[in-house]
Amino acid sequence: MTDATRESAPAGGGKLAEAVKESAMAALLAFVLTSLMLGVRTVDAPGGLGLQYRWHLVIGAMVIVFVGRLLLKLFWWKEDGGAPAAVGAASGRFATLTEPLRKFAAPALVIFAFVLPFLPIADRQIIDIGILVLTYVLLGWGLNVVVGLAGLLDLGYVAFYAVGAYSYALLATHFGLSFWTVLPLAGILAAMWGMILGFPVLRLRGDYLAIVTLAFGEIIRVILLNWVEVTKGPDGISGIPRPSFFGLEFKRFGENTFHNFFGIEYSSMHRIIFLYYIILVLAMITNYVTMRLRRLPVGRAWEAMREDEIACRALGINTTNTKLTAFAIGAFFGGLGGSFFATRQGFISPESFTFIESAIILAIVVLGGMGSQFGVAVAAIAMIGGFELLRNMDWVKGFVESTFGIENFDPNEYRMLIFGLLMVVIMVWKPRGFVGTRMPTIFLGKERKAISGDLVKEGEG
Amino acid sequence: MSAQAERPLLEICGVSAFYGKIQALRDVDMTVNRGEIVTMIGANGAGKSTLMMTIFGRPRARSGRIIFDGTDITGMPAHEIARMGLAQSPEGRRIFPRMTVMENLQMGAALADPEYFEADLRRVFELFPVLEKRQNQRGGTLSGGEQQMLAIARALMARPRFLLLDEPSLGLAPLLVKQIFDVIRELNEKEGLTVFLVEQNAFHALKLAHRGYVLVNGRVTMSGSGEELLAKEEVRAAYLEGGV
Repeated sequence: MTDATRESAPAGGGKLAEAVKESAMAALLAFVLTSLMLGVRTVDAPGGLGLQYRWHLVIGAMVIVFVGRLLLKLFWWKEDGGAPAAVGAASGRFATLTEPLRKFAAPALVIFAFVLPFLPIADRQIIDIGILVLTYVLLGWGLNVVVGLAGLLDLGYVAFYAVGAYSYALLATHFGLSFWTVLPLAGILAAMWGMILGFPVLRLRGDYLAIVTLAFGEIIRVILLNWVEVTKGPDGISGIPRPSFFGLEFKRFGENTFHNFFGIEYSSMHRIIFLYYIILVLAMITNYVTMRLRRLPVGRAWEAMREDEIACRALGINTTNTKLTAFAIGAFFGGLGGSFFATRQGFISPESFTFIESAIILAIVVLGGMGSQFGVAVAAIAMIGGFELLRNMDWVKGFVESTFGIENFDPNEYRMLIFGLLMVVIMVWKPRGFVGTRMPTIFLGKERKAISGDLVKEGEG
Repeated sequence: MSAQAERPLLEICGVSAFYGKIQALRDVDMTVNRGEIVTMIGANGAGKSTLMMTIFGRPRARSGRIIFDGTDITGMPAHEIARMGLAQSPEGRRIFPRMTVMENLQMGAALADPEYFEADLRRVFELFPVLEKRQNQRGGTLSGGEQQMLAIARALMARPRFLLLDEPSLGLAPLLVKQIFDVIRELNEKEGLTVFLVEQNAFHALKLAHRGYVLVNGRVTMSGSGEELLAKEEVRAAYLEGGV
């Protein structure tokens, strides 16, 4: 529609008129979209529900759309190329801008992560957010093995997270095993479930694989919910022991306590910082193992299988084993994450392992640029950190409440909306995610450079 | 020569294959001897590629037997067949587009002894110098001809005893077709590599091959030496009419 109007309009003087016409159309669309969603509200009235009309909001939305579209049309979009030209140019600029940055960004990020607890800004809240972000970095890197490297779309990754969490919770509460004993066990148990999921889906690809893995994630959750004798169902498991530091506990009173041993004042921060370092080290191990595996035959086979399964078989690669190892290793890291989650929370219930968790982890992998370790870390920081920031943005709350007259506005409730918007924007702007390049694993000679994703079609890279 | 060497490297005896209810191969018989280039020509949909895939186990041969070097490989999984020393450049090239040329070649050598990697790499770069120039480029960014070269080079990296090529000339300019066929001839003459070539480009394929088969609707209708088939009126009419 807009293309047709653009072509038929005379050049020069008609441009403004055309832009106004187009913007009016956009405003009309905004009216259609907002009239019911913003314009009418159900309120409690005597004798049932009543309607409250809020036309000022609809008009406000229409004005914003009209002016925004007009400005975009007049000053931003190129005459003939339309939106893609501007978008392409923007992403090209971004690429050249980030190229030198990227080399230092990853080590800088790691160093920052290691010193964070000792920085003056680090209060309890910051460290808590750090722990949460790192948990998702770990999960993102774990899922990256399955989705990013092996190309197997897994929508039920949270199942392995749950297996890890319940493994630790049950083994610790029933048998008194310590966190450090259970941690590898939980990983192995999750890996086993990864294989169990892997077998039936060996012959599935793409959409079908996604559906089955989605179902698998739900099955695990429903089992946790209904197998009350073992999992205590919806009540969850509480009183999960905290990890100890080489046998030293983080308690205020007692013999073997951390602060006693080191002769320092007790602080509840010690435990938080300790947890932070546990997850940081776990995440670093995940990253290291994945990077090493990528250079080994099995890692290369994962990537080749993502590209072309038939060609892989013809080259003598056992795709069955390759798929199962990808599922198992991805699940292993999920299990580590789950165990950590259980020990950190001290309480778990099936509610923590819903589909939305899988979706968030998958979104982190996709936004980060599938297969890119650095990209996944950046995406996890942006998404999880961003969500947490929303909880604390009082000025947004104040601003919205005063300007739009909405009561009890909670920015946190809009996080899914923002999340969706972010996804759309990233996919338009950088369809391959934040980091769309991948490092080849073999070189002849000294030349070593990232291979840009811009050169091949989306489907091929 | 011993009796073992007398036996053909590949024997296909009465093989039939189906896609669901549709029969793609009907009772196909053919052999490839050691050191030979054998070609199978036929029109679109004659079953050429199916034959190639059936050798590699998918679709399965519903009847008949496929024997490679004295071992029955009918129904074996593809990766185990590849381990016996068969390498193929599949239909549509199927290189790994996101991986670099080097990584593609490395994948080809997945089964080979790593000791030979450097030497094999030099050899394929000698055969296809353009690949050396493109070694750190993504497979998907190569031109069609380069991708075909990469597919063949990747198959060679496995140090095969038997090379299967599915339409190496597909979609290539005549000059490139000649270049690729020259390489196949060179490999055969210098190294004694046995080659089975499935082709639509009947003229070039029959000129290159020692022997040829003609496949029509999944059935072998003619066989003979390359020259014999080229001289046959039916072959000329069906596959060579309208120029080369």
